[in-house]
Amino acid sequence: MLAGDGNMAESIFWEEILSITLLSLRVSGTAVLIGALIGIPVGTVLGFRQFKGKRILMRFVDIMLKSLINTFMGLPPVVVGLLVYLLLTASGPLGSLGLLYTPTAMIITQLIMVVPIIIGVTMSAVGSVEKAVRERALSLGATERQAALLILREARMGVLTSIIVAFGAAISEVGGIMITGGNIRWWTRTLTTAIVVETELGDFPMALTLGAILLSIAFLVNLALTIVQLKGARR
Amino acid sequence: MPVVEVQNLFKEYSGREVLKDVSFRVENKEIFVLVGPNGSGKTTLLRILDLLEEPTKGRIFFNGQPVEYSSRKRVILRRKIGMVFQQTFLFNMSVFDNVAYPLKVRGEDERNILEKVKGALELLRLKGFERKNALTLSGGEAQRVAIAQALVAEPELLLLDEPTANLDPMNASIVEEAISQVNEERKTTVIMTTHNMFQAENLAHRIAVLNNGRIDSIGTFQEVFGKASEPLKSFTRLENVFHGFSKITEEGTSLVDVGEGLQIEATFKKAGNTMLYVPPEDIILAPQPLFSSARNTFEGRIVQITDMGHVVKLKVKVGGKTFVVQITKRSFNEIKPSIDSKVFIAFKASSVQKINIS
Repeated sequence: MLAGDGNMAESIFWEEILSITLLSLRVSGTAVLIGALIGIPVGTVLGFRQFKGKRILMRFVDIMLKSLINTFMGLPPVVVGLLVYLLLTASGPLGSLGLLYTPTAMIITQLIMVVPIIIGVTMSAVGSVEKAVRERALSLGATERQAALLILREARMGVLTSIIVAFGAAISEVGGIMITGGNIRWWTRTLTTAIVVETELGDFPMALTLGAILLSIAFLVNLALTIVQLKGARR
Repeated sequence: MPVVEVQNLFKEYSGREVLKDVSFRVENKEIFVLVGPNGSGKTTLLRILDLLEEPTKGRIFFNGQPVEYSSRKRVILRRKIGMVFQQTFLFNMSVFDNVAYPLKVRGEDERNILEKVKGALELLRLKGFERKNALTLSGGEAQRVAIAQALVAEPELLLLDEPTANLDPMNASIVEEAISQVNEERKTTVIMTTHNMFQAENLAHRIAVLNNGRIDSIGTFQEVFGKASEPLKSFTRLENVFHGFSKITEEGTSLVDVGEGLQIEATFKKAGNTMLYVPPEDIILAPQPLFSSARNTFEGRIVQITDMGHVVKLKVKVGGKTFVVQITKRSFNEIKPSIDSKVFIAFKASSVQKINIS
């Protein structure tokens, strides 16, 4: 083997790793971004006390809704993958869109996973400061609207937490995107699905490198989370 | 015209009456102090005056106008009132922004905000704290920021719920000074609650004693506490104050039924509703039943021991009532009482003092 070939193989190795990493970040990042646009407003509304209402029916709806969100927060990714697969497969209701085995299919899968997480964490962050902030703001002369804005501002660290937690869950998810993305090389192969396949093939240098990258991303996510939590802590 | 007038106010929470037929007037420029044991309804009363809660029954007038509870009217009225909660709650932003908040929601311009915040911070001796995050402050500093928030918009009426309850003497005196200063210079009317009898005497123009949701007594400190005011002053908390129905005995003394099966005999002569006070240093503590001339002897259990240097204060639970007993360090060392141990307390009928109820 010529020296040049070795360099070539090496450069392809790193190129593939880069493309896999970038795809992982793009898929999970897009899913979390769209998830935040949906989840933060919904979580905020649910976190507000006034929404609960005093009528028994409203309370019932509220309790059911919140239990449902908590259930969906722990949704098994494989099940989500299966459902999205059934939707997007050629004979499925959305089969004509031709989205199966594309990054878009993977984004949809992770979006369904992260929305309940973002709603749930935002909801509890808003709910935990709602009463105290509202009363203090009103007492200092704020209108209900001004108080609501302040509640959001005071819950900002919790909202940020919801995004970080959701990203952490998405980037390390494997079962769902394996089914809907198909783990196609240079196309829908992500850090997690690549590790699965490289391990099966016995390419441990590749699997370990990908594992190290994934671990580093997970560490950075948790570092960010810790900093946010320290900043938002009430003594 | 009184700044605040409360007429026959009732407040119920799920069937429990917290305030019962409360009526009073607070005149312009007055410092009106509410005292009373925990759970007597002081905080609820202040929250109603701050329009955070609506009374179940009764009427409130501000400057002669009856209070209306539409959300627009509430905001207009609240902007004339400053309130400090017992539990300090500051926003997760700088001290400056915390104190500026009430001005911002009122739409004041930047220059006014800068000037007024500066004034409020100086009043509470918080110069130099502007840029600190409010959540990093100590309890005393945080409470001072909360008071600056309540004062910055120059309210006509200031409501304070135990503003110095958890403060060390230094922070407490800064707060007390600020209260009397705004009252004297800005003519702000103040309604506050306290457990601190010193504070009540120093600051109050008039006092109301709230007990079990009712106002027992209203007047100047002297009028309310009369003869009991001297010994009461030496204690920071309203300890050993009992309330009950009194009957005159054949011997001409009074027997006051203070509830929980407890009857206290006193040498004063008064029938009907009575409030009384037993000075903690007049109570004798003994490990065995006492054969003394003291007319009031009870068996109890020690629930708390506080070493105060030369003297030791003990809390003794008799039935459902708690007595504070003060003994010297020497007798403490002789008896060596311990928490949860059974003891006997005794005090003379002549030690029991009457608190005047209007």
